[in-house]
Amino acid sequence: MRFTKDHEWVVLEGDVATIGITAYAAEQLGDVVFVEVPEAGKTVKKGEGLAVVESVKAASDVYAPISGEVIEGNAGLSDTPETVNAEPESAGWFAKLKVADPAEFEGLMDRAAYEDFLSTL
Amino acid sequence: MRARRIISRSPRLSENLKTTPLYAAHVAAGARMVPFAGYSMPVQYKDGVLKEHLWTRENAGLFDVSHMGQARLRGVSPLSAFEEVTPGDFIGLKPGKQRYSVLLNKQGGVIDDLMAARPDDDGLFVVVNGACKDNDFKVIDAELAGQVRIERLEDRALLALQGPKAAAVLADHAPEAATMVFMDARAMTAFGTDAIVSRTGYTGEDGYEISIPASEAERVWNALLADERVRPIGLGARDSLRLEAGLPLYGHDVDETVSPVEADLAFAVAKKRREARDFPGATRIAKELAEGPQRKRVGLIVLEGAPAREGAEIADEAGNVIGVVTSGGFSPSLGKPIAMGFAPPALAQVGVRLKVIVRGKAQTAEVVAMPFVPHRYVRKL
Repeated sequence: MRFTKDHEWVVLEGDVATIGITAYAAEQLGDVVFVEVPEAGKTVKKGEGLAVVESVKAASDVYAPISGEVIEGNAGLSDTPETVNAEPESAGWFAKLKVADPAEFEGLMDRAAYEDFLSTL
Repeated sequence: MRARRIISRSPRLSENLKTTPLYAAHVAAGARMVPFAGYSMPVQYKDGVLKEHLWTRENAGLFDVSHMGQARLRGVSPLSAFEEVTPGDFIGLKPGKQRYSVLLNKQGGVIDDLMAARPDDDGLFVVVNGACKDNDFKVIDAELAGQVRIERLEDRALLALQGPKAAAVLADHAPEAATMVFMDARAMTAFGTDAIVSRTGYTGEDGYEISIPASEAERVWNALLADERVRPIGLGARDSLRLEAGLPLYGHDVDETVSPVEADLAFAVAKKRREARDFPGATRIAKELAEGPQRKRVGLIVLEGAPAREGAEIADEAGNVIGVVTSGGFSPSLGKPIAMGFAPPALAQVGVRLKVIVRGKAQTAEVVAMPFVPHRYVRKL
């Protein structure tokens, strides 16, 4: 699992990346009440908006940590957005992407680097 | 993930934020502090906004609202003087009673909304919004100098205890409070100190606002929290509670361009004042009362999709933009998104289907009667 400074995580299996937000982000956000996930077929570049996650108070953008074509959005989140709080780094994933350039993955932080980064916040 | 509206930023010293007498208590309780109205205030505690909201609806929530402005207006006849800047019947305000009112500009726009009470024989006791307080008192002073003296009560804290169990909780500390009804306000001894207690609040629940000396604030706060029926509640839930209660938030649903009639606050324009037309902006307000306003504050339930938040456009079914959402979010009590905004009167009727535009998507919404969640004020004992 790799991480961004915007608190997204990515797991890469073959050329498919699964993307979500970290436990830290979910905790900061508070109770998630709505998630907008992308539809299959949408292509995104690294840094572009991929999903939107909303707490009671605010909407936050989730940016694509890696470029690619969406092959699946997590449809389950429309009925149970609270999964993002309960299992942010597993069942609360947002989207699966067929990645264009696996090298982008290598450029992301590993867990230790991300935790170092969190300690500076 | 980057928050569009930052909810989790820790206040920095460079921001020069003020603190209330309860700052240390909030931090000790695990509050997430945010800048609000120039103060560092708790947006939520450990329970989080959803649980805090529902706790208040079922038990009793304790809020620190010490950032709001408290003042005494004293003078020969402060009640009649106050009628020069508001449309309320303050000459008719009986001792022991409180009124909701608005400060008006000369165009009939709302400078701020406020509470004004006669808790004792000592002039008027007013509570105004924190973000507006400096300007409010400047306006009142400019208009009423020579008639009233404004004594700002900077050395007092203000707590709100809200929810169905608030009355039972407060009765243990202030027996006299149990004999009050909605919109009563009394100076009394409570918690062993001098207090101004009103049976009001801004959550739609039964409850009280309690003004006490700042030096007693932490002791009173802790005494209330020692009761298992009481939990501390942050600004996040305060906002969702007042939204469900259909109550406007100054600076969002109401501002200096909006009249009380447009804001659905015509009840704040007293009958005798309507006839006398002797308040700022009376020409516009009388015309709107007679002919109806150009736009009206409405409640919307968003039937599909994401919460429509402040700034989202409201469109008719054909897609023509007809207004804007002024506050909106997710209703914890109803489990769906709700919003307030402005619409032309023809489309401001209950049952009308409209669209709210969220991130470019037109989502169906329906105009509903407010409050979204019924008020539970105690009007009779």
